[in-house]
Amino acid sequence: MTVIDGTLKLDPEEARRVRQERLERIGRWVLPLAIMILAIWLWDRICVWNEIPRYILPRPGVVLSTLYNDAGLLFSALLVTLRITFLSLLLAVVGGVGLAVLFAQSKWVEMSFFPFAIVLQVTPIVAIFPLINIYVDNQTTKLLLCAWIVAFFPILSNTTLGLNSVDRNLRDLFKLNGATRWQQLRYLRLPAAMPYFLGGLKIAGGLSLIGAVVAEFVAGSTGQSSGLASRIIEAGYRLNAPRLFAALFLISLTGILIFLVLSLISHLILRRWHESALKQER
Amino acid sequence: MMREQVVQGRAAASDLLALRGVGKVFSNGVTALSDVGLTIREGDFLSLLGPSGCGKSTALRLIAGLSTPTSGVLDWRGGGSLDRANIGFVFQEPTLLPWASVFDNVWLPLRLKGISRANAASAVNEMLARVHLTGFENAVPRELSGGMKMRVSIARAMVTKPRVLLMDEPFAALDEITRFKLNNDLLELWQDERFTVVFVTHSVFESVFLSNRVVVMAARPGRVFDELAIEASYSRDEAFRTSPDYAALCRQASDVLVNAINSTAGSHHDGH
Repeated sequence: MTVIDGTLKLDPEEARRVRQERLERIGRWVLPLAIMILAIWLWDRICVWNEIPRYILPRPGVVLSTLYNDAGLLFSALLVTLRITFLSLLLAVVGGVGLAVLFAQSKWVEMSFFPFAIVLQVTPIVAIFPLINIYVDNQTTKLLLCAWIVAFFPILSNTTLGLNSVDRNLRDLFKLNGATRWQQLRYLRLPAAMPYFLGGLKIAGGLSLIGAVVAEFVAGSTGQSSGLASRIIEAGYRLNAPRLFAALFLISLTGILIFLVLSLISHLILRRWHESALKQER
Repeated sequence: MMREQVVQGRAAASDLLALRGVGKVFSNGVTALSDVGLTIREGDFLSLLGPSGCGKSTALRLIAGLSTPTSGVLDWRGGGSLDRANIGFVFQEPTLLPWASVFDNVWLPLRLKGISRANAASAVNEMLARVHLTGFENAVPRELSGGMKMRVSIARAMVTKPRVLLMDEPFAALDEITRFKLNNDLLELWQDERFTVVFVTHSVFESVFLSNRVVVMAARPGRVFDELAIEASYSRDEAFRTSPDYAALCRQASDVLVNAINSTAGSHHDGH
């Protein structure tokens, strides 16, 4: 809160703290970046020193040029994967929040159905997929279902927790004012669950991408999908390591972007009131 | 002690609520209240004073209708129950919606009755002015001090113009200077609007300063021990707070409270 200008005399302790804070601010960006650059340089050197052929481990420069040369192929594949990812995330939000609201209506409903959600969550999706493959014909539906199963649980479980974590006195207040069940949900429980939901959403965002890619992988052997995962499989068969790396790079970049966007959304919604989004003030 | 006293400066008021033989036993076997008899009159500022565990908060929840008595009756104006719309409740914590602005928090009770923001605006703004919070409409609770949050809480309870205001140790967590200020403001509001207050506290000084009646409760089991009429005239201000009259009344109340606590200590051998 203090305005630090040239005329303000700081004692050594405070000056040290200001220096420390400034260093940390810079370090937070510079350090990971430096390590990343060092790692890429080392990767390049290892390829050169050991004369590793490009179909085993391509140099970073080769990966980059592949990304550029194969851009048409790779980005159209990325679009396919993204479509599955976002659709499944959307369905996970609708399904997760919808089920959580249903569970919140009655302890009995929650007790009866929550175990099923857990079973769905703990069973590895790769093991379920062959069944989905038998029962579902449509390729997109298959992938969506797969990614949805992976992504919906964090939203469901977090939102359920949030809906049930309402201050007792606030509940009494609503009761005293004759609030209907719907009003209590709309004005009290849903807003109270928001931080929990957003936490679940951040996890689900990453999981829906993983779900989409894994589903494509499993479907790849049977299917005609054309997402990034099938490009990776294809490149693997052809020992096209540069394209494999380029596709991998795109997938992790997508994951990072999804995480950043969801973090930003969360910050914007919570910044005024929730502890997690507040800057420390002393 | 002077049970049926007409407080000076106030007309003999009609009964609003009578608790007759009210008891509350929780499912864990604890008797929170036993055979409580108490009459609350229209326009009373009645304090329930007692040590912790004497059931004063339980009594308040019963009056609010948040809980039902195990035995006995609550008799509103000689029959029937009071519409909840006529009750305002202030909790020990401010209990605000942390995501909502000050305006929206005060609007809430009206909103739950289906009154739109535009239609509620004049009532909300008037109430905010009454608790000296004009200009803070758009602040969220975390941007306010403890005292200001409590003011919002009071404004929210009063925005529906309830006939009865129930307060559960509302100022216990505040520092003394803030508490004095809020005491003064609450009295001012009460004198202007003439609603009935039931005020739970464990502070002798606060109860004597605010009330025209102090009901002292004892614990194990929770029960009414005695009642004091505080016959000082309103308006009470800072001068009253330092007057010999106030000191004498506090001493009187203190003695009764000590007796109430001793009566508890004498009857409890359970060794906890």
